[in-house]
Amino acid sequence: MSKIRRKESLGSNTFLMAVSAVILGLVAGAILMAMIGSNPFSGFSYLFRGGLMNIERIGNTMATATTLMLVGLSVAFAFKTGLFNIGASGQMLVGGLCATIVAHKVFLPRPLFLVVLIGSGLLGGAIWGVIPGILKARFNVHEVVATIMMNWIAYWSVYYFVPAYLKGPSLETESASIAITQSLRAPWLTKLFHGSYMNLGFFIAIVCVILVKFILDKTTLGFGLKAVGFNRHCAEYAGIRVNRNVVISMMIAGALAGLAGLTFYTGYSRNMQIGVLPSQGFDGIAVALLGASNPIGVFFSSLFFGILQSGKGFMNAMTSVPPEIADTIIATIIYFTATSVLFGRIWESIFKRRRKSAKEEQ
Amino acid sequence: MWSTLSSIFPYAIAYTMPMLMAALGGLYSERSGVTNLGLEGLMVIGYFFSAMTIKLTEATLGVNALALGLLAGTVAGAVFSLLHAFASINLKADQVISGTAINMIAGALTVYLARTISGSGNVRIMMGIIRKNIPVLSKIPIIGPLFFTQTYWTTWICLLIWFVSYFLLSKTSFGLRLRACGEHPSAVASAGVNVRLMRYIGVIVSGALSGFGGSVILITYSGEFNGTVAGLGFLSIAALIFGQWKVLGILGATFFFGIATTIANVSQVIPSLMIVPPVYFKIFPYVATLLALVAFSKRSAAPLASGQPY
Repeated sequence: MSKIRRKESLGSNTFLMAVSAVILGLVAGAILMAMIGSNPFSGFSYLFRGGLMNIERIGNTMATATTLMLVGLSVAFAFKTGLFNIGASGQMLVGGLCATIVAHKVFLPRPLFLVVLIGSGLLGGAIWGVIPGILKARFNVHEVVATIMMNWIAYWSVYYFVPAYLKGPSLETESASIAITQSLRAPWLTKLFHGSYMNLGFFIAIVCVILVKFILDKTTLGFGLKAVGFNRHCAEYAGIRVNRNVVISMMIAGALAGLAGLTFYTGYSRNMQIGVLPSQGFDGIAVALLGASNPIGVFFSSLFFGILQSGKGFMNAMTSVPPEIADTIIATIIYFTATSVLFGRIWESIFKRRRKSAKEEQ
Repeated sequence: MWSTLSSIFPYAIAYTMPMLMAALGGLYSERSGVTNLGLEGLMVIGYFFSAMTIKLTEATLGVNALALGLLAGTVAGAVFSLLHAFASINLKADQVISGTAINMIAGALTVYLARTISGSGNVRIMMGIIRKNIPVLSKIPIIGPLFFTQTYWTTWICLLIWFVSYFLLSKTSFGLRLRACGEHPSAVASAGVNVRLMRYIGVIVSGALSGFGGSVILITYSGEFNGTVAGLGFLSIAALIFGQWKVLGILGATFFFGIATTIANVSQVIPSLMIVPPVYFKIFPYVATLLALVAFSKRSAAPLASGQPY
């Protein structure tokens, strides 16, 4: 019985698929390093040491992972309802912009201020996410196209808003720096991690992981969302209001991405640069796919990608490998997760052959 | 007003052409039944490989290097699109995710290679196409100054490709088969057409045209590979939808977007446009696309089987 089950689940064993995709992504990275005449082993060792070498670097890795975790949750949450949220970048920008405005203009006692700050990021992202949700539910506009359009609307809005209203003293292309006391940075955390970018955002991300897990697994809302994702028509037949769930799902996904923007722009970097669509919005797709859209999976895959992203600078300083190797590896992993059917078949055939030879021996 | 218009028109046309090529490529792919979200990445690939080719050969080949670069970019785009074709046709992968992966791989890989070669990640070429007035035609009043002055020769190739595509897709049996593959693949298959082959052709053509579009950016108004085509590929997808998956509609939509973008770029130096903040011109194409999608939601002209594996 257990054997039969194993055979059935082999092609859809998410852990096996994820590991295969990661290995192939790393192999692709190794080939690219070797191609330009660098030693892949030293390249990877510097890449991982750059992410984990000392307390400060671990802190930076965790701060990088924070944003990825929230974006990954956003994409994963939409996936569960059968929606593809490719607009996390735009939602991050709007959430980050709202939070940056609050950080510059609102002055309140610290605990209350944090609530307002987090709320602003959440709200900004939720608004940017709910629009495609409504368009999908009400007019059947494909959410992929709608969110891409929303990305660029956010991109250009920020592009003109920041220089006009939040301009820094020196550069035209970025907003003024947020004071530490008005950001997500906390002195005790900075001290604990020897002056790294580590900030309160990490705890927001952890709370979100738990909350999302709870919503999806333990609530009626989560059940409805997943039912819509499994089979829209079946859910409708069962009396679940599909359109309402689509709107809610996109709203929550947008809110999570908005929080990611909050942690990035008021925690990690403390200012907004214009003319950049945050790449985390797309890396988050990789995080969600690799984590099999499971909150716990998202947690671990975001840490993995966090290491890659925060270690690439050190690797570039120590070797001749350009930092874009990390992005290439992440992108390759997405491609291999999309094509995981292939590994399913390969693993399947390997196991079949082994089982056959085992039978022949008997 | 007239002088403004006649001075920005050549720029608008130059800006439209790469978009037109990528959108046309997207049309081939969508019509054959494969959603190609990777147009942006395929343009970047063409952009990069044409820059590399021209940089390596311009010293010896002179002006001919530009044509060679154009060819290299086209071929590179076609080859790279095979990744998407293999994933979505043979492996029945999620085409949206595969397209996203193509975008990300292209963006990261080209900058990775460019950095290794040039250090800074930018690849600058020495020359570009010299703009020319078309003899006789540029003397025609109104039309002459708008369409036939200060033109790049690539513009005419793009228009020729557009015209050939129009003919190919709507007047030939090949076009009929390709379109049928995107509407009802099993019916076409039962009529003896190789659906997979047609879809491969659709995706490869989309890669080639996007790569061509990326190369056109380089040798016309850019002159330097800088790692991104700034969302032009996504704008092409918007144009494809806004043009309702029709060859003529795409020409209109891309030109419309080209004009809007050009106006946004120059609006701060032209007094009559200064009253409108440039952000409105910049977001206009995207808002227009969303509105068009809402307006056409009842009777969308999208190919029925687009995005569905066969």
